[in-house]
Amino acid sequence: MRFTPHTPEDRADMLAALGLGSVGELFAGLPEDLRCRQWDLPQGLSEPEVSQYLAKLAGLNASGLVCFLGGGFYDHHIPAAVDALISRGEFYTAYTPYQAEMSQGTLQSIFEYQTAICRLTGLDAANASLYDGGTALYEAAMMAVRKTRRKKLLVANNVSPIYRIMLKSYTVNLHLELVEADVSDPAELERLLDQDTAGLILQNPDFFGVLRDYGQHFAMVREAGGLGILGCNPIALAVAKTPAEMGADIAVGEGQPLGLPLSFGGPYLGFMAVTNKLLRTMPGRIVGRTHDAQGRVGYCLTLQTREQHIRREKATSNICSNEALCALAAVLFLGLMGKQGLVELAELNMTQAAYARERLTAIDGVQLLDEGPWFNEFRVRLPLDARMVVSRMIDKGIAAGFPLGRYYPDQANNLLVAVTEKRSKEEIGYLAEGLEAVL
Amino acid sequence: MSAAMQVPEGLHYTSEHEWVRIEGGLAVVGLTHYAQDQLGDITYVELPEMGAELEQMGEMCVVESVKTAADVYAPLAGTVAEVNSALEDAPQLINQDCYGEGWLVKLEGFDQAGLAKLMDAAAYTALLGTGE
Repeated sequence: MRFTPHTPEDRADMLAALGLGSVGELFAGLPEDLRCRQWDLPQGLSEPEVSQYLAKLAGLNASGLVCFLGGGFYDHHIPAAVDALISRGEFYTAYTPYQAEMSQGTLQSIFEYQTAICRLTGLDAANASLYDGGTALYEAAMMAVRKTRRKKLLVANNVSPIYRIMLKSYTVNLHLELVEADVSDPAELERLLDQDTAGLILQNPDFFGVLRDYGQHFAMVREAGGLGILGCNPIALAVAKTPAEMGADIAVGEGQPLGLPLSFGGPYLGFMAVTNKLLRTMPGRIVGRTHDAQGRVGYCLTLQTREQHIRREKATSNICSNEALCALAAVLFLGLMGKQGLVELAELNMTQAAYARERLTAIDGVQLLDEGPWFNEFRVRLPLDARMVVSRMIDKGIAAGFPLGRYYPDQANNLLVAVTEKRSKEEIGYLAEGLEAVL
Repeated sequence: MSAAMQVPEGLHYTSEHEWVRIEGGLAVVGLTHYAQDQLGDITYVELPEMGAELEQMGEMCVVESVKTAADVYAPLAGTVAEVNSALEDAPQLINQDCYGEGWLVKLEGFDQAGLAKLMDAAAYTALLGTGE
């Protein structure tokens, strides 16, 4: 590590060059009450002390649990080739590929990623990615506001509560009307839809794992002059009806299931795809394919007038970074899986989850909620507080699921259980036996 | 400035390089030859909504070229009565024929008094001559 000292002599030299006597004088232009009186920082530590401290913190994590935890982020298998390929030095750059002649490899990898997202969603154009699924959802909501010049956003209450909290935080100061309601019910949607509705935000599978068809909903919102936004699970897209088939204008989602580790919540990958008519209102970078003067294929950032480095005050969004390395992991994952492989993977998720439903509902006092069809996650009601059950299961080496009481106060006994292709019949058996013992 | 800039007589001009022609009770608005030349190849035009009420020198629409995106201002206060929808598929009409086929917007109920604030061809030519 390079160490550049900042000695008292250095500071005195700099102050002398400025004609000042002290650091206090340097900041004299700031009002007194805005200046920091003290930094609330502990004393520095030596390298071995830091290593020890971090190892101690890491030791507090419950690791190596058999994971039935989902809620928008899933424990999928990551082919070894993904990490091997993204670890190549050529891909390690924080540099935005503005200079096309220097960045053809990076640009092509982003272009291939965009193509994959378009194929998954069935929509016309995708951006180079956003920070995560929640950010992508917010950006989609803002696109609807910009495009329609309306102020009201309808959000279904079976959209991820994490994303709904993010939407609230983002929009609280924006003079928008954010309406959370049971709009996955067409009658309720009919009641709330009006000429001021900018967009309708739905999720498939919904937060409780149920696969739904929102064709009717999107037709209704289109009729009212608003836009249809669908949050989706990228692996479920291999078997579910696509956003395009349902008539959504914008599809967004969390790309973590595509070859990215859970890694304590990030970095993740927000994907976004839109219909052609929305292309110019889409935020973020977009890579295009073209030909140079000699007719050779080349890739470059395109439609950059949407971005803040061209017109800051008119930019579609202040996000102009993307998650290039995560997007690369996603396109490698999809490439390694292949079209048929992804379908098989999705089906395997469904069959393993179905087996888990069968095993869990056979337990006395465990009740299945919802009617399906499900993707790889489902809700059960337990006879006890789900949070307590989950903490007891941790002692058995199992993360049994997501206790819904955390976000839904009326669902304290409900547990959301996710079952990916990684969960063997044997592990599902442990879960069932463990739950039976705890209950 | 190159010598070949066209500044037709009988139009009204703004310092932001828009032109106005009064035609059958409507004010037709477009970009001047100088403006399209400065922008380069125009690739996209974001036109205003029909019925939008514009203020004099308020934002009217956005024109994008291979080089940049530029705001276009309303030379007169008025209501958008017509937009040149041909520009959606053929924005290059502005480069090819900026005073004809490449018009942008027609305003109705426009403010006659506002015309007095605009330049005639001679004044606009003089503005271009100063290198603006």
